[in-house]
Amino acid sequence: MGMTMTQKILAAAAGLPSVEAGQLIEARLDLVLGNDITSPVAIREMEKMKVSGVFDKDKIALVPDHFVPNKDIKSAEHCKCVREFALRNEITNYFEVGEMGIEHALLPEKGLTVAGDVIIGADSHTCTYGALGAFSTGVGSTDMAAGMATGKAWFKVPGAIRFHLVGKPGKWISGKDVILHIIGMIGVDGALYRSMEFVGEGIRYLSMDDRFTIANMAIEAGGKNGIFPVDVAAKAYMEEHSARKYRIFEADEDAVYDEEYTIDLSTLRPTVAFPHLPENTHTIDEIKDPIAIDQVVIGSCTNGRLGDLRIAAKVLAGRHVAKGIRCIVIPATQAIYLQAMEEGLLKTFIQAGAIVSTPTCGPCLGGYMGVLAAGERCVSTTNRNFVGRMGHVTSEIYLASPAVAAASAVTGRISCPCGLE
Amino acid sequence: MNAKGSVFKYGDNVDTDVIIPARYLNSSDPAELAAHCMEDIDKDFIGKVHKGDIIVARKNFGCGSSREHAPIAIKAAGVSCVIAETFARIFYRNAINIGLPIIECAEASRGIEAGDEVEVDFDSGVITDLTKGTKYKGQPFPEFMQRIISEGGLINYINSQS
Repeated sequence: MGMTMTQKILAAAAGLPSVEAGQLIEARLDLVLGNDITSPVAIREMEKMKVSGVFDKDKIALVPDHFVPNKDIKSAEHCKCVREFALRNEITNYFEVGEMGIEHALLPEKGLTVAGDVIIGADSHTCTYGALGAFSTGVGSTDMAAGMATGKAWFKVPGAIRFHLVGKPGKWISGKDVILHIIGMIGVDGALYRSMEFVGEGIRYLSMDDRFTIANMAIEAGGKNGIFPVDVAAKAYMEEHSARKYRIFEADEDAVYDEEYTIDLSTLRPTVAFPHLPENTHTIDEIKDPIAIDQVVIGSCTNGRLGDLRIAAKVLAGRHVAKGIRCIVIPATQAIYLQAMEEGLLKTFIQAGAIVSTPTCGPCLGGYMGVLAAGERCVSTTNRNFVGRMGHVTSEIYLASPAVAAASAVTGRISCPCGLE
Repeated sequence: MNAKGSVFKYGDNVDTDVIIPARYLNSSDPAELAAHCMEDIDKDFIGKVHKGDIIVARKNFGCGSSREHAPIAIKAAGVSCVIAETFARIFYRNAINIGLPIIECAEASRGIEAGDEVEVDFDSGVITDLTKGTKYKGQPFPEFMQRIISEGGLINYINSQS
Protein backbone atom coordinates (compact mmCIF):
# COMPACT_ATOMS: atom_id res chain seq x y z
CA MET A 1 0.00 0.00 0.00
CA GLY A 2 1.33 3.43 -0.94
CA MET A 3 2.18 6.18 1.51
CA THR A 4 1.22 9.84 1.72
CA MET A 5 3.90 12.51 1.89
CA THR A 6 3.52 12.73 5.67
CA GLN A 7 3.72 8.96 6.06
CA LYS A 8 6.91 8.81 3.97
CA ILE A 9 8.63 11.41 6.15
CA LEU A 10 7.57 9.61 9.32
CA ALA A 11 8.70 6.21 7.98
CA ALA A 12 12.15 7.63 7.19
CA ALA A 13 12.43 9.27 10.62
CA ALA A 14 11.42 6.01 12.29
CA GLY A 15 13.90 4.01 10.22
CA LEU A 16 11.13 1.88 8.76
CA PRO A 17 10.60 0.86 5.11
CA SER A 18 6.92 1.78 5.36
CA VAL A 19 4.24 2.82 7.81
CA GLU A 20 0.46 2.92 7.67
CA ALA A 21 -2.26 5.01 9.28
CA GLY A 22 -2.82 4.12 12.93
CA GLN A 23 0.65 2.61 13.45
CA LEU A 24 2.54 3.77 16.54
CA ILE A 25 6.13 4.73 15.80
CA GLU A 26 9.08 6.37 17.48
CA ALA A 27 10.75 8.98 15.28
CA ARG A 28 13.96 10.95 15.58
CA LEU A 29 13.49 14.69 15.74
CA ASP A 30 15.24 17.35 13.69
CA LEU A 31 14.02 20.22 15.84
CA VAL A 32 12.24 20.75 19.17
CA LEU A 33 10.65 24.16 19.72
CA GLY A 34 9.25 26.03 22.69
CA ASN A 35 8.15 29.55 23.61
CA ASP A 36 7.97 31.63 26.79
CA ILE A 37 4.62 30.13 27.87
CA THR A 38 5.25 26.46 27.19
CA SER A 39 9.00 26.16 27.80
CA PRO A 40 9.00 26.92 31.56
CA VAL A 41 6.63 23.97 32.12
CA ALA A 42 8.82 21.77 29.88
CA ILE A 43 12.00 22.87 31.66
CA ARG A 44 10.45 22.00 35.02
CA GLU A 45 9.45 18.57 33.70
CA MET A 46 12.85 17.97 32.13
CA GLU A 47 14.57 18.80 35.39
CA LYS A 48 12.61 15.96 36.99
CA MET A 49 14.07 13.54 34.44
CA LYS A 50 17.22 11.61 35.12
CA VAL A 51 19.16 13.14 32.23
CA SER A 52 22.28 15.27 32.21
CA GLY A 53 21.22 17.72 29.51
CA VAL A 54 19.63 18.20 26.13
CA PHE A 55 20.08 15.68 23.30
CA ASP A 56 21.54 18.22 20.86
CA LYS A 57 22.04 21.91 21.61
CA ASP A 58 21.75 22.76 17.89
CA LYS A 59 18.37 21.07 17.47
CA ILE A 60 16.39 22.99 20.05
CA ALA A 61 14.83 26.38 19.38
CA LEU A 62 13.67 28.57 22.25
CA VAL A 63 11.75 31.65 21.17
CA PRO A 64 10.22 33.92 23.80
CA ASP A 65 7.51 35.63 21.72
CA HIS A 66 4.15 35.50 23.47
CA PHE A 67 4.56 37.96 26.34
CA VAL A 68 7.79 39.73 25.31
CA PRO A 69 9.11 42.32 25.79
CA ASN A 70 8.04 41.16 29.26
CA LYS A 71 4.50 42.39 29.86
CA ASP A 72 4.54 41.94 33.64
CA ILE A 73 6.60 40.48 36.46
CA LYS A 74 5.29 36.94 36.11
CA SER A 75 6.06 36.93 32.37
CA ALA A 76 9.51 38.30 33.12
CA GLU A 77 10.09 35.36 35.48
CA HIS A 78 9.05 32.90 32.77
CA CYS A 79 11.38 34.52 30.23
CA LYS A 80 14.18 34.50 32.77
CA CYS A 81 13.64 30.77 33.33
CA VAL A 82 13.90 30.14 29.55
CA ARG A 83 16.94 32.40 29.16
CA GLU A 84 18.81 30.73 32.03
CA PHE A 85 18.01 27.27 30.72
CA ALA A 86 19.24 28.30 27.24
CA LEU A 87 22.50 29.66 28.66
CA ARG A 88 23.06 26.68 30.96
CA ASN A 89 22.55 24.23 28.10
CA GLU A 90 24.32 26.39 25.48
CA ILE A 91 21.23 26.31 23.23
CA THR A 92 22.38 27.63 19.83
CA ASN A 93 18.96 28.79 18.70
CA TYR A 94 17.78 30.88 21.61
CA PHE A 95 16.43 34.16 20.28
CA GLU A 96 16.51 37.08 22.69
CA VAL A 97 14.45 40.25 22.30
CA GLY A 98 16.16 42.15 19.50
CA GLU A 99 16.75 39.07 17.41
CA MET A 100 13.53 37.18 18.06
CA GLY A 101 10.36 37.12 16.07
CA ILE A 102 7.11 35.20 16.19
CA GLU A 103 8.40 31.63 16.27
CA HIS A 104 6.64 30.26 13.17
CA ALA A 105 7.76 33.15 11.01
CA LEU A 106 11.23 33.20 12.54
CA LEU A 107 12.34 29.57 12.24
CA PRO A 108 11.86 29.19 8.45
CA GLU A 109 13.46 32.62 7.96
CA LYS A 110 16.49 31.48 10.00
CA GLY A 111 16.71 28.32 7.89
CA LEU A 112 16.01 26.00 10.82
CA THR A 113 13.13 24.18 9.13
CA VAL A 114 13.51 22.45 5.77
CA ALA A 115 11.75 19.80 3.69
CA GLY A 116 11.89 16.28 5.10
CA ASP A 117 12.36 17.41 8.72
CA VAL A 118 10.39 16.03 11.64
CA ILE A 119 9.67 18.88 14.04
CA ILE A 120 7.71 19.10 17.27
CA GLY A 121 6.92 22.36 18.98
CA ALA A 122 5.15 23.20 22.19
CA ASP A 123 2.88 25.54 20.30
CA SER A 124 -0.12 24.39 18.31
CA HIS A 125 0.83 26.39 15.21
CA THR A 126 4.04 24.41 14.76
CA CYS A 127 2.23 22.85 11.78
CA THR A 128 3.31 25.95 9.78
CA TYR A 129 6.51 24.34 8.45
CA GLY A 130 4.50 21.92 6.34
CA ALA A 131 4.58 24.72 3.75
CA LEU A 132 8.21 23.69 3.13
CA GLY A 133 7.47 19.97 2.92
CA ALA A 134 8.40 19.17 6.52
CA PHE A 135 6.37 17.13 9.01
CA SER A 136 5.75 19.43 11.93
CA THR A 137 3.17 19.28 14.66
CA GLY A 138 2.21 20.92 17.93
CA VAL A 139 2.67 19.10 21.23
CA GLY A 140 2.50 19.99 24.91
CA SER A 141 5.25 20.84 27.34
CA THR A 142 5.83 17.29 28.57
CA ASP A 143 6.39 16.04 25.02
CA MET A 144 8.72 18.99 24.50
CA ALA A 145 10.65 17.99 27.64
CA ALA A 146 10.98 14.38 26.52
CA GLY A 147 11.97 15.60 23.02
CA MET A 148 14.67 17.92 24.38
CA ALA A 149 16.06 15.11 26.53
CA THR A 150 15.93 12.23 24.06
CA GLY A 151 15.64 13.70 20.54
CA LYS A 152 12.75 11.37 19.90
CA ALA A 153 8.97 11.38 20.07
CA TRP A 154 6.25 8.79 19.56
CA PHE A 155 3.56 9.37 16.99
CA LYS A 156 0.46 7.67 15.77
CA VAL A 157 0.83 7.72 11.97
CA PRO A 158 -2.02 9.88 10.68
CA GLY A 159 -4.45 9.11 7.88
CA ALA A 160 -4.88 11.91 5.39
CA ILE A 161 -7.25 14.24 3.62
CA ARG A 162 -6.12 15.47 0.18
CA PHE A 163 -7.03 18.91 -1.08
CA HIS A 164 -6.60 19.52 -4.81
CA LEU A 165 -6.08 23.22 -5.33
CA VAL A 166 -6.84 24.18 -8.92
CA GLY A 167 -7.26 27.46 -10.80
CA LYS A 168 -5.81 30.88 -10.26
CA PRO A 169 -6.98 32.98 -7.30
CA GLY A 170 -8.54 36.34 -8.11
CA LYS A 171 -7.42 39.75 -6.92
CA TRP A 172 -7.39 40.15 -3.10
CA ILE A 173 -7.56 36.37 -2.57
CA SER A 174 -4.79 35.13 -0.29
CA GLY A 175 -3.77 31.99 1.57
CA LYS A 176 -5.99 33.13 4.45
CA ASP A 177 -9.08 33.00 2.26
CA VAL A 178 -8.10 29.51 1.05
CA ILE A 179 -7.69 28.06 4.54
CA LEU A 180 -10.75 29.83 6.00
CA HIS A 181 -12.77 28.45 3.08
CA ILE A 182 -11.48 24.95 3.81
CA ILE A 183 -12.16 25.17 7.56
CA GLY A 184 -15.65 26.49 6.81
CA MET A 185 -16.16 23.47 4.56
CA ILE A 186 -14.86 20.67 6.83
CA GLY A 187 -15.30 22.20 10.30
CA VAL A 188 -12.99 22.73 13.27
CA ASP A 189 -12.65 18.97 13.78
CA GLY A 190 -12.90 18.02 10.10
CA ALA A 191 -9.29 16.85 9.95
CA LEU A 192 -9.04 15.56 13.54
CA TYR A 193 -5.97 13.33 14.04
CA ARG A 194 -5.21 13.45 10.27
CA SER A 195 -2.79 15.19 7.94
CA MET A 196 -4.02 17.76 5.44
CA GLU A 197 -2.14 17.22 2.17
CA PHE A 198 -2.36 20.08 -0.32
CA VAL A 199 -1.67 19.29 -3.98
CA GLY A 200 -2.55 20.59 -7.43
CA GLU A 201 -1.56 23.04 -10.11
CA GLY A 202 -3.17 25.93 -8.22
CA ILE A 203 -0.32 25.85 -5.68
CA ARG A 204 1.99 27.60 -8.10
CA TYR A 205 -0.12 30.74 -7.74
CA LEU A 206 0.33 30.73 -3.97
CA SER A 207 3.36 32.56 -2.56
CA MET A 208 5.40 30.93 0.20
CA ASP A 209 3.78 33.39 2.60
CA ASP A 210 0.35 32.16 1.46
CA ARG A 211 1.41 28.55 1.99
CA PHE A 212 2.75 29.27 5.49
CA THR A 213 -0.65 30.79 6.31
CA ILE A 214 -2.51 27.73 5.01
CA ALA A 215 -0.30 25.16 6.78
CA ASN A 216 -0.37 27.31 9.95
CA MET A 217 -4.15 26.95 10.30
CA ALA A 218 -4.31 23.17 9.70
CA ILE A 219 -4.69 22.89 13.49
CA GLU A 220 -7.87 25.01 13.29
CA ALA A 221 -9.44 22.12 11.36
CA GLY A 222 -8.13 19.72 14.01
CA GLY A 223 -5.35 18.50 11.69
CA LYS A 224 -2.18 16.89 12.97
CA ASN A 225 -0.24 18.69 10.26
CA GLY A 226 -0.65 20.40 6.91
CA ILE A 227 1.82 19.76 4.12
CA PHE A 228 2.70 20.98 0.62
CA PRO A 229 4.78 19.34 -2.10
CA VAL A 230 8.22 20.87 -2.59
CA ASP A 231 8.20 22.89 -5.80
CA VAL A 232 10.43 25.52 -7.39
CA ALA A 233 9.21 28.25 -5.01
CA ALA A 234 9.78 26.12 -1.90
CA LYS A 235 13.27 25.15 -3.06
CA ALA A 236 14.12 28.77 -3.80
CA TYR A 237 12.92 29.78 -0.31
CA MET A 238 15.00 27.12 1.43
CA GLU A 239 18.10 27.82 -0.66
CA GLU A 240 17.82 31.51 0.17
CA HIS A 241 17.34 30.98 3.92
CA SER A 242 19.10 27.77 4.86
CA ALA A 243 22.46 26.10 4.46
CA ARG A 244 20.88 22.82 5.52
CA LYS A 245 20.31 20.04 3.04
CA TYR A 246 16.64 19.37 2.45
CA ARG A 247 15.06 16.06 1.52
CA ILE A 248 12.09 15.85 -0.80
CA PHE A 249 9.46 13.20 -0.16
CA GLU A 250 6.65 12.65 -2.64
CA ALA A 251 3.40 10.83 -2.04
CA ASP A 252 3.03 7.46 -3.76
CA GLU A 253 0.57 7.22 -6.65
CA ASP A 254 -1.43 4.64 -4.69
CA ALA A 255 -1.35 6.44 -1.34
CA VAL A 256 -4.63 6.15 0.54
CA TYR A 257 -6.69 9.22 1.48
CA ASP A 258 -9.72 9.14 3.78
CA GLU A 259 -11.30 12.03 1.89
CA GLU A 260 -10.53 14.18 -1.15
CA TYR A 261 -11.68 17.69 -2.00
CA THR A 262 -11.12 19.91 -5.03
CA ILE A 263 -11.00 23.64 -4.49
CA ASP A 264 -11.14 25.97 -7.47
CA LEU A 265 -9.14 28.96 -6.26
CA SER A 266 -10.59 31.14 -9.03
CA THR A 267 -14.04 30.91 -7.42
CA LEU A 268 -12.97 31.93 -3.90
CA ARG A 269 -14.05 35.25 -2.43
CA PRO A 270 -12.55 37.14 0.51
CA THR A 271 -13.68 35.07 3.49
CA VAL A 272 -14.34 36.03 7.11
CA ALA A 273 -14.78 33.70 10.11
CA PHE A 274 -17.40 35.08 12.50
CA PRO A 275 -17.30 34.57 16.28
CA HIS A 276 -16.67 32.21 17.97
CA LEU A 277 -15.23 29.45 15.77
CA PRO A 278 -12.94 29.52 12.72
CA GLU A 279 -15.53 27.35 10.90
CA ASN A 280 -18.20 30.09 11.02
CA THR A 281 -17.17 31.44 7.63
CA HIS A 282 -18.98 33.86 5.35
CA THR A 283 -17.77 35.35 2.10
CA ILE A 284 -17.53 39.11 2.09
CA ASP A 285 -20.47 39.20 -0.35
CA GLU A 286 -22.71 37.34 2.10
CA ILE A 287 -22.34 40.10 4.71
CA LYS A 288 -25.42 42.24 4.11
CA ASP A 289 -25.77 44.29 7.31
CA PRO A 290 -22.81 46.49 8.25
CA ILE A 291 -20.67 45.09 11.08
CA ALA A 292 -19.10 47.99 12.95
CA ILE A 293 -15.71 47.32 14.53
CA ASP A 294 -13.44 48.83 17.20
CA GLN A 295 -10.04 47.38 16.40
CA VAL A 296 -7.98 45.80 13.64
CA VAL A 297 -4.94 43.58 14.17
CA ILE A 298 -2.63 42.78 11.25
CA GLY A 299 0.10 40.34 12.26
CA SER A 300 0.70 36.99 14.04
CA CYS A 301 2.26 33.68 13.01
CA THR A 302 -0.60 33.39 10.54
CA ASN A 303 -0.33 36.74 8.74
CA GLY A 304 2.59 38.86 9.92
CA ARG A 305 4.93 38.16 6.99
CA LEU A 306 6.22 40.61 4.44
CA GLY A 307 3.66 39.63 1.78
CA ASP A 308 0.90 40.30 4.31
CA LEU A 309 2.29 43.72 5.23
CA ARG A 310 2.69 44.66 1.56
CA ILE A 311 -0.98 43.90 0.87
CA ALA A 312 -2.10 45.81 3.98
CA ALA A 313 0.07 48.80 2.95
CA LYS A 314 -1.36 48.71 -0.56
CA VAL A 315 -4.85 49.07 0.89
CA LEU A 316 -3.89 51.72 3.47
CA ALA A 317 -1.72 53.86 1.17
CA GLY A 318 -3.21 57.32 0.76
CA ARG A 319 -6.09 56.42 3.06
CA HIS A 320 -6.69 56.81 6.78
CA VAL A 321 -7.90 54.53 9.56
CA ALA A 322 -11.51 55.49 10.41
CA LYS A 323 -12.04 57.80 13.38
CA GLY A 324 -12.21 55.89 16.64
CA ILE A 325 -10.72 52.67 15.23
CA ARG A 326 -7.41 51.28 16.53
CA CYS A 327 -5.29 49.58 13.86
CA ILE A 328 -2.33 47.57 15.18
CA VAL A 329 0.28 46.27 12.73
CA ILE A 330 2.85 43.73 13.97
CA PRO A 331 5.67 42.61 11.66
CA ALA A 332 6.39 39.01 12.65
CA THR A 333 10.19 39.19 12.80
CA GLN A 334 12.97 41.74 13.04
CA ALA A 335 13.98 41.01 9.43
CA ILE A 336 10.42 41.57 8.21
CA TYR A 337 10.25 44.75 10.32
CA LEU A 338 13.46 46.06 8.78
CA GLN A 339 12.44 45.18 5.24
CA ALA A 340 9.04 46.79 5.79
CA MET A 341 10.86 49.91 6.92
CA GLU A 342 13.14 49.94 3.89
CA GLU A 343 10.20 49.50 1.54
CA GLY A 344 8.36 52.38 3.20
CA LEU A 345 5.53 50.19 4.46
CA LEU A 346 5.90 51.38 8.05
CA LYS A 347 5.61 54.97 6.88
CA THR A 348 2.42 54.08 5.06
CA PHE A 349 0.98 52.46 8.19
CA ILE A 350 1.89 55.38 10.44
CA GLN A 351 0.63 57.98 7.99
CA ALA A 352 -2.62 56.03 7.77
CA GLY A 353 -3.01 56.28 11.55
CA ALA A 354 -2.05 52.69 12.40
CA ILE A 355 0.51 51.77 15.03
CA VAL A 356 3.45 49.45 14.43
CA SER A 357 4.67 47.15 17.21
CA THR A 358 7.77 45.12 17.79
CA PRO A 359 7.23 41.40 16.96
CA THR A 360 4.96 39.70 19.52
CA CYS A 361 2.08 37.23 19.72
CA GLY A 362 0.52 39.63 22.30
CA PRO A 363 -2.97 40.51 21.06
CA CYS A 364 -3.74 37.21 19.30
CA LEU A 365 -4.20 35.44 22.63
CA GLY A 366 -5.36 38.39 24.66
CA GLY A 367 -1.96 38.78 26.28
CA TYR A 368 -1.21 42.46 25.77
CA MET A 369 -0.76 45.07 22.99
CA GLY A 370 -4.42 45.21 21.98
CA VAL A 371 -6.66 43.47 24.53
CA LEU A 372 -10.39 43.95 23.89
CA ALA A 373 -12.94 45.48 26.31
CA ALA A 374 -16.44 44.12 26.92
CA GLY A 375 -18.51 44.02 23.75
CA GLU A 376 -15.72 45.26 21.47
CA ARG A 377 -15.24 43.85 17.98
CA CYS A 378 -11.97 43.18 16.25
CA VAL A 379 -11.12 42.19 12.69
CA SER A 380 -7.96 40.20 13.05
CA THR A 381 -5.58 38.38 10.72
CA THR A 382 -4.82 35.93 13.53
CA ASN A 383 -6.03 32.33 13.74
CA ARG A 384 -8.59 31.90 16.53
CA ASN A 385 -11.83 33.65 17.38
CA PHE A 386 -12.80 31.64 20.46
CA VAL A 387 -14.77 33.20 23.32
CA GLY A 388 -12.51 35.59 25.25
CA ARG A 389 -9.48 34.80 23.08
CA MET A 390 -8.43 38.45 22.65
CA GLY A 391 -9.81 39.87 25.86
CA HIS A 392 -13.19 40.26 27.55
CA VAL A 393 -15.48 37.25 27.37
CA THR A 394 -18.12 39.32 25.52
CA SER A 395 -15.71 40.71 22.92
CA GLU A 396 -15.87 39.40 19.36
CA ILE A 397 -13.22 38.43 16.82
CA TYR A 398 -13.68 38.24 13.06
CA LEU A 399 -10.83 36.42 11.32
CA ALA A 400 -9.84 37.71 7.89
CA SER A 401 -7.01 38.32 5.44
CA PRO A 402 -4.67 41.33 5.70
CA ALA A 403 -6.50 42.89 2.72
CA VAL A 404 -9.91 42.68 4.39
CA ALA A 405 -8.48 43.75 7.76
CA ALA A 406 -6.85 46.84 6.26
CA ALA A 407 -9.98 47.77 4.29
CA SER A 408 -12.05 47.35 7.46
CA ALA A 409 -9.71 49.68 9.35
CA VAL A 410 -10.39 52.36 6.72
CA THR A 411 -14.17 52.06 6.76
CA GLY A 412 -14.72 51.11 10.40
CA ARG A 413 -16.80 48.10 9.40
CA ILE A 414 -15.99 44.71 7.87
CA SER A 415 -15.19 45.57 4.27
CA CYS A 416 -13.80 44.24 1.03
CA PRO A 417 -10.81 46.11 -0.38
CA CYS A 418 -12.59 45.84 -3.72
CA GLY A 419 -15.13 48.31 -2.37
CA LEU A 420 -12.45 50.99 -1.90
CA GLU A 421 -11.30 50.89 -5.52
CA MET B 1 -8.46 2.27 39.24
CA ASN B 2 -11.72 4.17 39.41
CA ALA B 3 -13.07 7.68 39.18
CA LYS B 4 -16.34 8.69 40.80
CA GLY B 5 -18.05 12.03 41.08
CA SER B 6 -20.71 14.47 40.05
CA VAL B 7 -20.86 15.62 36.42
CA PHE B 8 -20.26 19.04 34.87
CA LYS B 9 -21.62 18.92 31.32
CA TYR B 10 -20.45 20.97 28.31
CA GLY B 11 -21.07 21.00 24.54
CA ASP B 12 -18.97 20.77 21.38
CA ASN B 13 -15.54 22.33 20.79
CA VAL B 14 -14.66 23.36 24.35
CA ASP B 15 -11.38 25.11 23.53
CA THR B 16 -8.27 25.59 25.63
CA ASP B 17 -8.87 29.35 25.74
CA VAL B 18 -12.02 28.83 27.80
CA ILE B 19 -10.50 25.99 29.83
CA ILE B 20 -7.73 28.37 30.93
CA PRO B 21 -7.68 31.84 29.37
CA ALA B 22 -4.29 33.05 28.13
CA ARG B 23 -4.45 36.08 30.41
CA TYR B 24 -3.55 33.67 33.23
CA LEU B 25 -0.70 31.96 31.38
CA ASN B 26 1.86 34.25 32.94
CA SER B 27 1.70 31.60 35.69
CA SER B 28 2.37 27.89 35.44
CA ASP B 29 1.45 27.10 39.04
CA PRO B 30 -1.25 24.36 39.01
CA ALA B 31 -3.24 25.81 41.93
CA GLU B 32 -3.23 29.30 40.42
CA LEU B 33 -4.33 27.93 37.03
CA ALA B 34 -7.06 25.82 38.67
CA ALA B 35 -8.51 28.94 40.30
CA HIS B 36 -9.46 30.18 36.79
CA CYS B 37 -10.36 26.85 35.21
CA MET B 38 -13.39 27.01 32.84
CA GLU B 39 -13.90 30.65 33.89
CA ASP B 40 -14.93 31.94 30.46
CA ILE B 41 -17.45 29.17 29.76
CA ASP B 42 -18.77 28.48 33.28
CA LYS B 43 -17.82 31.00 35.95
CA ASP B 44 -19.55 28.88 38.63
CA PHE B 45 -17.38 25.83 37.90
CA ILE B 46 -14.52 26.52 40.25
CA GLY B 47 -16.86 27.40 43.14
CA LYS B 48 -18.87 24.21 42.72
CA VAL B 49 -16.36 21.54 41.71
CA HIS B 50 -15.43 18.93 44.29
CA LYS B 51 -12.51 16.55 44.31
CA GLY B 52 -13.35 13.57 42.14
CA ASP B 53 -15.94 15.31 39.95
CA ILE B 54 -16.15 14.45 36.27
CA ILE B 55 -16.40 16.61 33.15
CA VAL B 56 -18.53 15.28 30.30
CA ALA B 57 -18.49 17.09 26.97
CA ARG B 58 -19.43 16.46 23.34
CA LYS B 59 -17.03 16.47 20.39
CA ASN B 60 -13.53 17.96 19.96
CA PHE B 61 -12.88 18.75 23.64
CA GLY B 62 -9.68 20.75 24.19
CA CYS B 63 -9.33 22.18 20.68
CA GLY B 64 -7.04 25.13 20.07
CA SER B 65 -3.72 25.86 21.66
CA SER B 66 -1.16 23.30 22.83
CA ARG B 67 -1.03 24.75 26.36
CA GLU B 68 -0.50 21.91 28.80
CA HIS B 69 -1.84 24.40 31.33
CA ALA B 70 -5.36 23.30 30.22
CA PRO B 71 -5.28 19.68 31.46
CA ILE B 72 -3.08 20.84 34.39
CA ALA B 73 -5.81 23.30 35.45
CA ILE B 74 -8.55 20.67 35.14
CA LYS B 75 -6.56 18.12 37.13
CA ALA B 76 -5.58 20.63 39.81
CA ALA B 77 -9.24 21.68 40.13
CA GLY B 78 -9.88 18.14 41.38
CA VAL B 79 -11.48 16.62 38.29
CA SER B 80 -10.91 12.86 38.20
CA CYS B 81 -11.82 12.15 34.58
CA VAL B 82 -12.97 13.86 31.37
CA ILE B 83 -15.39 11.98 29.11
CA ALA B 84 -16.06 13.25 25.57
CA GLU B 85 -17.19 12.03 22.18
CA THR B 86 -13.78 13.07 20.76
CA PHE B 87 -10.77 15.04 22.00
CA ALA B 88 -8.54 17.42 20.05
CA ARG B 89 -5.29 15.55 19.48
CA ILE B 90 -2.83 17.79 21.34
CA PHE B 91 -5.11 17.93 24.38
CA TYR B 92 -5.44 14.14 24.32
CA ARG B 93 -1.67 13.69 24.37
CA ASN B 94 -1.17 16.36 27.02
CA ALA B 95 -3.83 14.91 29.32
CA ILE B 96 -2.23 11.46 29.28
CA ASN B 97 1.25 12.97 29.69
CA ILE B 98 0.28 14.85 32.85
CA GLY B 99 -1.82 12.00 34.25
CA LEU B 100 -5.35 13.29 33.73
CA PRO B 101 -7.61 10.35 32.80
CA ILE B 102 -9.67 10.98 29.67
CA ILE B 103 -11.98 8.62 27.86
CA GLU B 104 -13.74 8.76 24.49
CA CYS B 105 -17.32 7.48 24.48
CA ALA B 106 -19.96 8.99 22.19
CA GLU B 107 -22.93 7.30 23.88
CA ALA B 108 -21.90 8.40 27.39
CA SER B 109 -21.21 11.89 26.09
CA ARG B 110 -24.79 12.07 24.77
CA GLY B 111 -26.57 10.26 27.60
CA ILE B 112 -24.99 11.66 30.76
CA GLU B 113 -26.43 14.93 32.06
CA ALA B 114 -25.14 17.67 34.35
CA GLY B 115 -25.30 16.71 38.02
CA ASP B 116 -25.46 12.93 37.41
CA GLU B 117 -23.30 10.77 39.67
CA VAL B 118 -20.93 8.82 37.44
CA GLU B 119 -18.36 6.12 38.05
CA VAL B 120 -15.61 5.14 35.59
CA ASP B 121 -13.72 1.86 35.82
CA PHE B 122 -10.42 2.37 34.01
CA ASP B 123 -9.64 -1.37 33.83
CA SER B 124 -12.80 -2.27 31.94
CA GLY B 125 -13.63 1.12 30.38
CA VAL B 126 -17.14 0.83 31.79
CA ILE B 127 -18.83 4.15 32.58
CA THR B 128 -21.80 3.90 34.96
CA ASP B 129 -24.35 6.68 35.37
CA LEU B 130 -25.43 5.92 38.94
CA THR B 131 -28.20 8.53 38.84
CA LYS B 132 -29.87 7.08 35.76
CA GLY B 133 -28.77 3.48 36.26
CA THR B 134 -27.23 3.29 32.78
CA LYS B 135 -23.92 1.77 31.68
CA TYR B 136 -21.69 2.66 28.74
CA LYS B 137 -18.65 0.93 27.33
CA GLY B 138 -15.64 3.14 26.69
CA GLN B 139 -12.12 2.06 25.74
CA PRO B 140 -10.33 0.42 28.69
CA PHE B 141 -7.05 2.12 29.69
CA PRO B 142 -4.05 -0.01 28.71
CA GLU B 143 -1.81 -0.90 31.65
CA PHE B 144 1.00 1.52 30.70
CA MET B 145 -1.50 4.37 30.52
CA GLN B 146 -2.88 3.48 33.95
CA ARG B 147 0.69 3.50 35.24
CA ILE B 148 1.35 6.93 33.70
CA ILE B 149 -1.78 8.17 35.47
CA SER B 150 -0.98 6.54 38.80
CA GLU B 151 2.62 7.84 38.66
CA GLY B 152 1.21 11.33 38.06
CA GLY B 153 2.44 11.77 34.49
CA LEU B 154 4.82 10.64 31.76
CA ILE B 155 8.03 11.98 33.27
CA ASN B 156 7.53 10.22 36.60
CA TYR B 157 6.57 7.09 34.68
CA ILE B 158 9.78 7.25 32.58
CA ASN B 159 11.82 7.78 35.76
CA SER B 160 10.14 4.83 37.46
CA GLN B 161 11.08 2.62 34.49
CA SER B 162 14.78 3.44 34.62
